Amino acid sequence: MKRMKRLSLIVLILLLSASASGFAQNLNVTERVLPNGLKVLLKEEHKAPVVTFQVWYKVGSRNECLGKTGLSHMLEHMMFKGTKKYGPKTFSQTVQRNGGNDNAFTSHDYTAYFESFAADRIAISLDLESDRMQNLLLDPKDFQSERDVVKEERRMRTEDDPVSAMVEQMMSVAFSAHPYQWPVIGWMSDIGNFTRDDLVRYYRTYYEPNNATIVVVGDFDTKKLLAQIEKSFGKIPRGPEVPKVTAVEPKHLGERRVIVKRPAELPAVFAGYNAPTIANPDAYALDVLQGILSSGKSSRLYKSLVYEKQIALYAGGDYDDVSKDPNLFYVYAGVMPGKTTDEVEKALYDEIDRLKNDPVADEELQKAKNQVEASFIMGQDSNFYQAMLLGQYESVASWKLLEKYVDNIRAVTKEDVMRVAKEYFTADNRTVGILVPVKQ
Amino acid sequence: MQNAKFGMRNNKPLYSKIIVIALLGVLSLFVSHAMAAEPLGKRIILDNGMVLLLSEKHEIPMVTINMALRAGSTSVPAGKPGLASITASLLTQGTTRRSANQIQQEIDFIGGSLSTGGGEDFASASLRVLKKDIRTGLDLLSDVLLNPVFDQKEIDRKVKETLAELRRQKEEPNIVAGQAFAKAVFGDHPYGRTNDDVASYLPKLTRQDIVDFYSARYTPENSIIAVVGDVSEKEIVALLNEYFKPWRRRGTPLPALAPPPEIEKTVVQKIDKDVAQANIDMGHVGISRENPDFYAVMVMNYILGGGGFSSRLMDNIRDNKGLAYDVHSGFAAQKEPGAFTVAIQTKNESANDVIAETLKEIRRIQEEPVTEKELADAKAYLSGSFPLRMDTSAKIAGMLTSIEIYHLGLDYPQKYLSMIKGITRDDVQRVAKKYLHPDKMVIVVVANQEKAKLKY
Repeated sequence: MKRMKRLSLIVLILLLSASASGFAQNLNVTERVLPNGLKVLLKEEHKAPVVTFQVWYKVGSRNECLGKTGLSHMLEHMMFKGTKKYGPKTFSQTVQRNGGNDNAFTSHDYTAYFESFAADRIAISLDLESDRMQNLLLDPKDFQSERDVVKEERRMRTEDDPVSAMVEQMMSVAFSAHPYQWPVIGWMSDIGNFTRDDLVRYYRTYYEPNNATIVVVGDFDTKKLLAQIEKSFGKIPRGPEVPKVTAVEPKHLGERRVIVKRPAELPAVFAGYNAPTIANPDAYALDVLQGILSSGKSSRLYKSLVYEKQIALYAGGDYDDVSKDPNLFYVYAGVMPGKTTDEVEKALYDEIDRLKNDPVADEELQKAKNQVEASFIMGQDSNFYQAMLLGQYESVASWKLLEKYVDNIRAVTKEDVMRVAKEYFTADNRTVGILVPVKQ
Repeated sequence: MQNAKFGMRNNKPLYSKIIVIALLGVLSLFVSHAMAAEPLGKRIILDNGMVLLLSEKHEIPMVTINMALRAGSTSVPAGKPGLASITASLLTQGTTRRSANQIQQEIDFIGGSLSTGGGEDFASASLRVLKKDIRTGLDLLSDVLLNPVFDQKEIDRKVKETLAELRRQKEEPNIVAGQAFAKAVFGDHPYGRTNDDVASYLPKLTRQDIVDFYSARYTPENSIIAVVGDVSEKEIVALLNEYFKPWRRRGTPLPALAPPPEIEKTVVQKIDKDVAQANIDMGHVGISRENPDFYAVMVMNYILGGGGFSSRLMDNIRDNKGLAYDVHSGFAAQKEPGAFTVAIQTKNESANDVIAETLKEIRRIQEEPVTEKELADAKAYLSGSFPLRMDTSAKIAGMLTSIEIYHLGLDYPQKYLSMIKGITRDDVQRVAKKYLHPDKMVIVVVANQEKAKLKY
């Protein structure tokens, strides 16, 4: 089930390095804030002569409004379309000519850009990223054709993918007052109606040093790199404070439910519970609970729904806690031919109820913790994911939460697991999405 | 970080640009002077004949193991499509010492991962554990490879699951296109095996088929093991000799393969589906990894459609015309000549334009030499990006495996550097003429055909 395999938050979290021996995870990250407000996080890793350079802006679909959904992502595309100094098409070509790979991604809460290189090419990133933080062209002709590219992207990701189409609808129902209700890529009609002025305004508002974090992980010397960063980015003037997002999703007054009918082969069931972010201490118990439900083939949802009952083709649970505002903890399953969405949905709730009613076994709790710790150590293998985690945490809360992550996981008790299951996994607190296949 | 669709996580970041497609296979060039002189690893023959490739890395207390076993689709007797994959996936579903549940429980409890799976030329097994758990890990890995029981209940379960998964894949238009493309290009050759072939064979599959295939192919002389991580040579050799000791050689020959069909002129297959985008696969048989023109083809393909935003197809179809989010070309260079494929998704109405532009670019790279700048840029990327191709343990293990599979030698980085360096504009044009056939293409279009109105 390739598409159901997530880079789980747990796994992502775990990908970050800690000292191998255990407690007191000194992440060896150097933090500096430049006078213009730009935050810099540097972590040396000398295992291989490579480096990853990332710039994270605290802007995503959360900062948009209805009618302009998808603007953050549209701007991200335009960030590759050139500045006065580097004309159109030259950004990625310059990176590739230097043996590098580059890309970018947009989420609800942030937009990030990165290059990975051989270590001696890092000056390229300093030059390109400092330039496009302030001098983007936003050429009208490029904008027209790139808008068409984004429409193609939406057709590929959402329109022609029945499960994605259903999840999009489910989110639009799960949030009524909060911007997490609309998709990061935006509604098709909004994409078609963006103007260049929308982009200029958005760029000027959010692409400021005081709304950004630079994260670099790899084979460099911190002192030297810090001086180079100050030289390249220090001269960019601080911008005005970015507008705050004040929306708060009210407490739900009962289960919400959405049915989506699409040409598809198999039904699917998703149930998302409103859940707190990593800023809330309950997140650790919920992370452990996520592992118990969904980490590995011995985990409860796979073992019960896929292996034993054979009613699901895939099953799992996911928790979006690295989020600026409260998001969802959801469980899901794909329905086996000949089985019904009703029995699969019930089987998902049976597993949820078990967590509320019976304490987890000591060994099962220990297994979930071992998985967290092992992944934490193994995560040191990848510069990219270490940088990714630092950027994500810093963009939604603080990277420092990572230093105590493993300790906080270790402290979770089976009573905690039962308590958070009871508190958050209630019928009134959930939104259910059902994909109903129709023949074309 | 991949260009695959993100199925379900609504707030998973969207990657706006596509990923530079791994060019031809796993390996690229190596230029870093500091590393160039160091060997990639060591090659050791174990007591039972299995080849070990070892790269010691002591920075992190973990061990990553990749095994390649000559037990993929090309090793399967004719008429049994899917046998290789199902055999590989059943290895972890019970042994003479452990039930499927016990295997999963043991590997999960130590926070490790263990998996086995099929492939075209090779089946694979991989293990990742913390250094302190190396014995548990090797005990599990050797147990699933040496002692699988292929319990009938597990076979039935896996058949049912596979049939459901094959059915689910019909939801994905790019998979539907890829299946039809493979069949049209490769016919009865195992690279042309489709989901439908597998789905019609699985109900007839017997336990004896699996046992016979397993006994013939899962042997030490058919296996390569790449180990990367926090172990010394002495330690790992002793452990592997201990855990894999009972494994015996057998020396069963590989079956003969049906040749792919001759394509005399372009074949167009239209598949009607209610979709927003036409999913287009175009191409034909390409080259094997051991073809001496591999390096020139790699450079040529980078310029044509393999080089992401530096490629002509991306520049033309996405950047200039806004017709697609992703367009790329690639040669699947394996033991046998695999496919040359251009894959594109575009709104139904643009399908004709995209096919025309693709054919135009293929002809252009045959008819006119590439520019000096294009050649220099391609070579600069292919050489300069090498360090990124070995920046994690898994990538190093994959590279070591490829070096053994394709007889590249542990001095491959140095050799490869000079191979790329020597490629000229003439070479690029020569291989474009030799290995691209715009008049003998297979073109598969999965689309709403009424809207696509194909002229082809």
